[in-house]
Amino acid sequence: MKAANSMSLIKLANGKIYDPAHQVDGIVKDIFIRDGRIVNRPHNDEPITQTYDLTGKVVMAGAIDMHTHIGGGKVNIARMMLPEDHRGNEQAHTDVCGSGCGHAAPSTLTTGYRYAEMGYTAGFEPAILPINARQSHLEMGDTPIIDKGGYAMLGSDDFLLRMLTAKQDQNAINDYVAWTLHATQAIGIKVVNPGGISAFKFNQRKLDLDEHHAYYDVTPRDILKTLSRAVHELGVPHPLHVHANNLGVPGNFETTLSTMGASEGFPLHLTHIQFHSYGNEGDRKFSSAAAQISEALNNNKNISADVGQILFGQTVTASGDSMMQHLNANHANPKKSVIMDIECDAGCGVVPFKYRDQNYVNALQWAIGLEIFLLSNDPWRIFLTTDHPNGAPFTSYPHLIKLLMDKSFRDETFAKLNLDAQAMSTLSSIDREYSLYEIAIMTRAGAAKLVGLRDRGHLGADAAADITVYTDNADREKMFAKPDFVFKDGELVVKDGAVIKVTWGATHTVKPEFDRGIEKDLLQYFDKYHTIQLDNFKIGNDEIENNGRGKIIVQPCEGRREKSV
Amino acid sequence: MAPNQMKVTCPACSLLCDDIVVKLDEHQQSMKVIANGCAKSIQFFEQTVTDSKPTINGNPVDLNTAINKAAEILKLANQPLIAGLGTEVQGMRAIMHLADKTGATLDHMHSDATMRNTLVLQNSGWQTTTLTEVKNRVDLLLVIGTDIVSSLPQFFERIIWNESTLFEQDTSTREVIYLGGGKGLDTSAGNSPNGTQPSVINCENAQLPEVIATLNALINGKNLTTDKIAGINLVDLQSIADRLKCAKYSVITWASSAFKFGHSELLVQAITECVRTLNTGSFKFSTRSAGLPLTSGDGDSSVSNVATWMSGYPLRSSFKRGYPEYNPYEFTTEKLLSNNEADLLIWISSFKPVAPSPNSLANHKLPVIVIGHPNMQFEQQPDVFIPVRILGLQEKGLMFRMDSSVTLPLTQIMNSNLPSLSDVCTQIELALNNHESGK
Repeated sequence: MKAANSMSLIKLANGKIYDPAHQVDGIVKDIFIRDGRIVNRPHNDEPITQTYDLTGKVVMAGAIDMHTHIGGGKVNIARMMLPEDHRGNEQAHTDVCGSGCGHAAPSTLTTGYRYAEMGYTAGFEPAILPINARQSHLEMGDTPIIDKGGYAMLGSDDFLLRMLTAKQDQNAINDYVAWTLHATQAIGIKVVNPGGISAFKFNQRKLDLDEHHAYYDVTPRDILKTLSRAVHELGVPHPLHVHANNLGVPGNFETTLSTMGASEGFPLHLTHIQFHSYGNEGDRKFSSAAAQISEALNNNKNISADVGQILFGQTVTASGDSMMQHLNANHANPKKSVIMDIECDAGCGVVPFKYRDQNYVNALQWAIGLEIFLLSNDPWRIFLTTDHPNGAPFTSYPHLIKLLMDKSFRDETFAKLNLDAQAMSTLSSIDREYSLYEIAIMTRAGAAKLVGLRDRGHLGADAAADITVYTDNADREKMFAKPDFVFKDGELVVKDGAVIKVTWGATHTVKPEFDRGIEKDLLQYFDKYHTIQLDNFKIGNDEIENNGRGKIIVQPCEGRREKSV
Repeated sequence: MAPNQMKVTCPACSLLCDDIVVKLDEHQQSMKVIANGCAKSIQFFEQTVTDSKPTINGNPVDLNTAINKAAEILKLANQPLIAGLGTEVQGMRAIMHLADKTGATLDHMHSDATMRNTLVLQNSGWQTTTLTEVKNRVDLLLVIGTDIVSSLPQFFERIIWNESTLFEQDTSTREVIYLGGGKGLDTSAGNSPNGTQPSVINCENAQLPEVIATLNALINGKNLTTDKIAGINLVDLQSIADRLKCAKYSVITWASSAFKFGHSELLVQAITECVRTLNTGSFKFSTRSAGLPLTSGDGDSSVSNVATWMSGYPLRSSFKRGYPEYNPYEFTTEKLLSNNEADLLIWISSFKPVAPSPNSLANHKLPVIVIGHPNMQFEQQPDVFIPVRILGLQEKGLMFRMDSSVTLPLTQIMNSNLPSLSDVCTQIELALNNHESGK
């Protein structure tokens, strides 16, 4: 992780800095890097090893994708089932990079290179099935350059549902949640269709927020309330990451609005909220509820969201939500799908999709996502994602940024869409254009704060020197597609939009304290009902460190709350 | 755990049991399986390992000489084929690097069977489940074309006749149906602990396509005008269809290795279609069903997963153009050898002493490098043989279970002076670099 030349001092001179964590909005100043970290202006007598003249360039921290499916079982199934989507997207090996391929679900090497080439220096896998965590970390370990981490999925696992049914107290739940974070080397907790993945195994085909699970005495609301409180009380910085019930169902915005209240004030992050912002009005019984959702987001300061924008073209949806993906399989394109029940722990569903601009529903989905971006007024609580690859591959981010920053480009694109969808959207009446500062919040400072990365996403002293340098260009797509320079931990890894050096990033985790007594129950449970040993469920640090190539960074859990009475 | 005892993962079959208790003797030379083992795990853990050395044309050499010779041969090859691939995650990661660097083609010893499943995954997908779900949930197990226990000895005792389940099921009431499998099917493991015999409806596996097509039709509620299919009474198949529809959570399992006839991927697809229909059929939402593909072992799931995440493609794949390509029909060991397309075979088998098939080499003069189990015996000596540590016995590793959802650590239980497969691959790569830079 250290810079190649120890004790070297690098000067990035005269760049125009966008560093929202320090309220720096386009101010010209120098940045100094020593041993992979940003440092204050050094003494005049310290020799500068290398200076980059960045006059006229835009400088931001490395971008952070806080929700991207880059590693684990369902991603690998997506890769495996779509050879036709890889063809034509091959990457020959070079002196620097290994070969690979893929578009919607690229190989791990290609994923790392492509992210770095767009100025991203971290990505977080949002759906680590605890039982499958080893595979997730193996795949992320083979993803070069960028830092990574993941959110462990709870909420349809038998152990938790059993605890809730038995009305075990919050402290016991907190211990189990903390134990899961440790065992899976995760940095957050995710819940996917709370209770629904489990309910599907009992042949329930839908589960509303207040509907009872067929077997456990539990509703999704109970799960959300208990887990959001657990995450908060453990001091885990990232709020409970929620993929709500009823994904994709027309009229689901009401579930989403109710979900916002389900945590009773504890922080919640609602992910790919675009897929949960659908009304059921109009001739087609499918309409935009972006206005209602954005208004609720603006009013509820404990709620954050990422959008999960869809963009047109071929992609693949990979989700833990086996219940809803089983329904979505009817819309698969090409016509195939993989649906799995997994280990009384979770599930998954992989369904290829082709979003088409002349399709009414797809066109409106596109507009709904942008409406949410533009109507949400706090960029610290709304995040730029396509839910890669579910809405579109992450490589389309520069295009998405242009849509947000350039109204005329957005209007031109909108005017080409399905006419009925245009009639159902207010998009062209929205004048807002995102500023570079706001983009830097969404993709850097805000994302780092949300995930709980103390030393990333900003350019202050002692931050890791993950830095991206762009040439200012009115065509924002071109600008964000090809940075001039990307530094990862102080090392120049990308020049003129191409990888010139391959490094291996770190894995960010949290390790909140907990009462290890919970393991006694888990040990019995595993021995009796599972098919592996409890010890083998846990991922050791050495597995991620992988003979020195990987590294674990434990981010602090500040403000851990006292145990509740 | 008593002294010298440990609980380890067994790579001898793809069930990957991780609670095998083994005991080392005081000289750390031999081992006993103390608990939870089966015939296969005993054979694996209690094997006598030959004191083996690297060879060139059958003559013992030191490791460096063998590595350099291997690199020299590899350097001259235009179309190397790396086959066998009996390894786990870490070994396959090293092999992927070597393959990318040298433009090699990759094929696994069980690819014929694996491809029958992969092609279905890529054509229509499927709906499947995993072992812990089966253990706790299944109420009807339909076993197609196999008895399971010949390849996965403890399947029934661990997964079907387990004492307790999460959902208060009396496992002895679980129904087991064997369909097909042909001669020599051992259905004894399907006897319930309460004495209930399984239903056995046998036919040759080559007849299964018509039998499963019929079953699909019956599940779909079609009326058929015949009363026998492949020697099986239609009423028996109707009974299977009815029982599947009435089950709460049926599991349909198959071993694609047993389907040794042309285009048998279509049979796998027909089986998965039964599952699909049961979950979404006209009798909507009345039942849940899931498939359970049984794999062959020797690291097939591990190799397939690693190849997929590192290159984008599962096997059979090739780097001969400098980027990954996938061709399930052309990149087969048999074709590449018989068409003289490969000009070097690197054979890898580090779980079992499986040498490359002499038949496949009979008519060719191509050089052969073997990296594998120290006990390997050859009818025809390879140009280079490099014995490596046995994974799960002498070397740690990481292995995917048959259902791919679970990856488990393999333990190094005994010491060995041999290098690991990963080390050998890395050293060959280094030697290649040295050749290139003229050192």
